[in-house]
Amino acid sequence: MAAHPAAAGAQPASTPPPRPSLTVPSYERQTGVNPPLDFAGYRSTALRAPHQPLVLLPHRLTEITGPLLGAELVTQADADLTIQHAGEPLGQRITVNGRVLDSDGRPVPGTLIEIWQPNSAGRYRHVVDNHPAPLDPNFTGVGRCLTDSEGRYRFVTIKPGSYPWGNHLNAWRPAHIHFSLFGRAFAQRLVTQMYFPGDPLFFQDPIFNSVPEQARQRLISRFDLSLTEPEVSLGFAWDIVLRGRGATFFEPPEDRR
Amino acid sequence: MNLPLTPSQTVGPFLAIGLPWPDGPFVVPEGSEGAITITGRVVEGAGEPVPDALVETWQADPDGRFSHPDDPRGAPAEPGPAFRGFGRCPTGPDGSYRIVTLKPGSLPSPGGGTEAPHLDVSVFARGLLDRVVTRIYFPDESAANAADPVLASIGDPARAATLVARPDPADASGLCFDIYLQGEHETVFFDV
Repeated sequence: MAAHPAAAGAQPASTPPPRPSLTVPSYERQTGVNPPLDFAGYRSTALRAPHQPLVLLPHRLTEITGPLLGAELVTQADADLTIQHAGEPLGQRITVNGRVLDSDGRPVPGTLIEIWQPNSAGRYRHVVDNHPAPLDPNFTGVGRCLTDSEGRYRFVTIKPGSYPWGNHLNAWRPAHIHFSLFGRAFAQRLVTQMYFPGDPLFFQDPIFNSVPEQARQRLISRFDLSLTEPEVSLGFAWDIVLRGRGATFFEPPEDRR
Repeated sequence: MNLPLTPSQTVGPFLAIGLPWPDGPFVVPEGSEGAITITGRVVEGAGEPVPDALVETWQADPDGRFSHPDDPRGAPAEPGPAFRGFGRCPTGPDGSYRIVTLKPGSLPSPGGGTEAPHLDVSVFARGLLDRVVTRIYFPDESAANAADPVLASIGDPARAATLVARPDPADASGLCFDIYLQGEHETVFFDV
């Protein structure tokens, strides 16, 4: 690392004492978690995955900070995908409930979660989705919420359908909901997909199977009868774990946002 | 405690229904004093534009400060509510994106040294199983860029040069920064 420019011509007798050196946390790097960028089974990686090795970026100020957004972007109704239109969407009504934690076990409060998904027939409300399944006039498939002070979130939606795609002959995506999370630092940013337990399509899906085997189950939500509302909706639970800063970085709880 | 992390998955081809915000490209409102526009294209390995990507940027303010509780230097002296620090733009059919922002200040680097003004950039797209992360540096900061510890860590100066934006010939205060996911001109991406 280059020396500080100011140190080069320093005159010990006349310069003020050096400022204490800047100390910032470093977000942990767990191995065996994320899929490789180049994964032959998922054909779209072929021309898009970088070929050069990634350059290690130790975390500095830009990486340990990040946008603390959301209050101005989110209304209560954004977390309920079944009330965004005049009528109710078709399909199995569900809730998805969980907490956002960091790997140190601390909740991540007040962080923006964005989700998007196809309707119950497996069709996205998107111009390039040409799957000949019906659109649902009462379903957009987009939701947002902020985690509460304990890192909890809850969405009301309908169970997404599976849909075919062109990756290989008779390829079908397991039912999933796309999740986007910010955490509190650039280093914690995560976009992922949540799946449903017992899906018969896992074995043939290269996107799910791109994740190292020991980490795949973390993408599958859990059915929970205690979250199931009688006569209303099935309850699924899914906790999301973002990178933590390690136990050595002390921060009083009252300073957390 | 050390909980196992949730893995990344691709953003897929339909991110446009969920992620774009009407004001996403505007780190500051268009026309703000000192505003600069960064434009560019995301290009894949065969040289074709990537029309279904999302480009996100994160940066310090013009004084090199972050309005964030984890910055050990404290809050900016004059927090600018109009400056969000964050930009987000989906690519168009020609692979192009556009971010309106302010030029960030330089930053002290942990362990000594100074980071040249830069933006951190995340690119999400179908075919990317995880985001790819790069940085945008400024062409009018050659001395600061030469002393930047991150550019130095790349080793090969020709590769490091892929992270310096070009002046926009069509806009005196604009910059161009193309992102090559793969191929001869492949952009440097970081393991963040």
